Amino acid sequence: MRFLLLLVVSILLAINIFLIFMWAPTEVHMGHVQRIFYIHVPSAWIAFLAFGIVFFGSIQYLRTREQKWDNLASASAELGVVFTTLVLVTGPIWAKPVWGIWWTWDVRLTTTLVLWLIYVSYLMVRSYSSNHYQASRYSSILGIIGVINLPLIYFAVNWWNTQHQRLVLGVGSTESGLHPDMKTTLYFSLLAFSSLFVYLLWFRVSLKETEDMVRKNVHLDMDH
Amino acid sequence: MRELIRPVFVIAWKDIMLELRTKDIMVSALIFALMVIVIFNFALNITPTMVDSLAPGILWLAFAFAGVLAMGRAFIAEGDKGSLDGLLLCPVSRDAIFFGKMTSMFVFMVVIESLVLPIFVVLFNFDSISFNLIAIMLLGALGFATVGTLFSSIAFNLRSREIMLPLLFFPMITPILIGVVEASSGVITDTVNVIGTGRWIGLIVVFDAIFLVVCPWAFGVAMEE
Repeated sequence: MRFLLLLVVSILLAINIFLIFMWAPTEVHMGHVQRIFYIHVPSAWIAFLAFGIVFFGSIQYLRTREQKWDNLASASAELGVVFTTLVLVTGPIWAKPVWGIWWTWDVRLTTTLVLWLIYVSYLMVRSYSSNHYQASRYSSILGIIGVINLPLIYFAVNWWNTQHQRLVLGVGSTESGLHPDMKTTLYFSLLAFSSLFVYLLWFRVSLKETEDMVRKNVHLDMDH
Repeated sequence: MRELIRPVFVIAWKDIMLELRTKDIMVSALIFALMVIVIFNFALNITPTMVDSLAPGILWLAFAFAGVLAMGRAFIAEGDKGSLDGLLLCPVSRDAIFFGKMTSMFVFMVVIESLVLPIFVVLFNFDSISFNLIAIMLLGALGFATVGTLFSSIAFNLRSREIMLPLLFFPMITPILIGVVEASSGVITDTVNVIGTGRWIGLIVVFDAIFLVVCPWAFGVAMEE
């Protein structure tokens, strides 16, 4: 079953690469560099989806104390960090030729960076915990507080930007002017990335289940 | 009500008395804050004309760094001879323990602030102290103490806790750190800006209120052993 999904994901990603580099029309002003948009935007979407799942899984874990929810939350956090890293890497590569700068402390960029820091510390808390119950509880707290804090971070950075009259970049506004083929490519890329995310999440959760099983057996052996 | 408040004060007073006798936290945190200010002086080459615009940033970084140093030691006394278990076994709610620790942390933060600010005034001929600035400092200390106490209790049980506390603490306090710096800057330079000092203070109050509710709950979850 999972192998089948892997096959589908591989095909989707291959088609996605073809669409991005061969089929999608070249943007008039930005040129070929604009094609990174089809990687950047889906990654951002997946990252936020992943952190939403962390939030949901953390609440469910603290409510039910079932290991499967913590497995879901922590696996999703790992993927969220990976995709946020992808966003933070592809962003500057796109920005430099187009805006002439690698980075600006715009509200979206800054919030993404702070979010990345929070979830990296989430993963560090897990690896520095002395047992997996502690890791689950501590990281669930972070998974919930991180999301509660998100609107505050967004507002604070947004006001801070307004106060200091920084460059406000209207990436969102250009989307309305997208060529239909570009839109198709973007939506297809979203689909391909989402299926990749589902596959990786599935893979990681089942790996964690195996880890739990091994841990249980080791404990049983020690008891005898 | 009395039964709720009393344990909070007993726990806070225990920490404060312990600190009065050992002076473990205050001395190191104060010297550290002073050092931050001195280093900033060399790094930024502060002149009397620019002190008003740089003061909020420098002061709050000094408070935040000294605060995180103090909070790192918040549960050290509890680590000795299993006294944390003793505290947790007390017939009081986890909320009372949290608010007790938070109160002592808040007092330490306020002491740090009230000693560092005069030194800053003297060193840089800084003369823009007002009632509003002190109110912002108290609100900021409250937010720092609330978030700091929670993460201190978490980091205390982790390996390499010295590095984990700042890594957990600083991203989470981003909104309030921006808020206090901007609000202080508004009060000090007294300029009319787009956002307005009042709205920044509103942000700080909202942050404090949210975390005063969330952190005791999270502390209860973290301390289940």
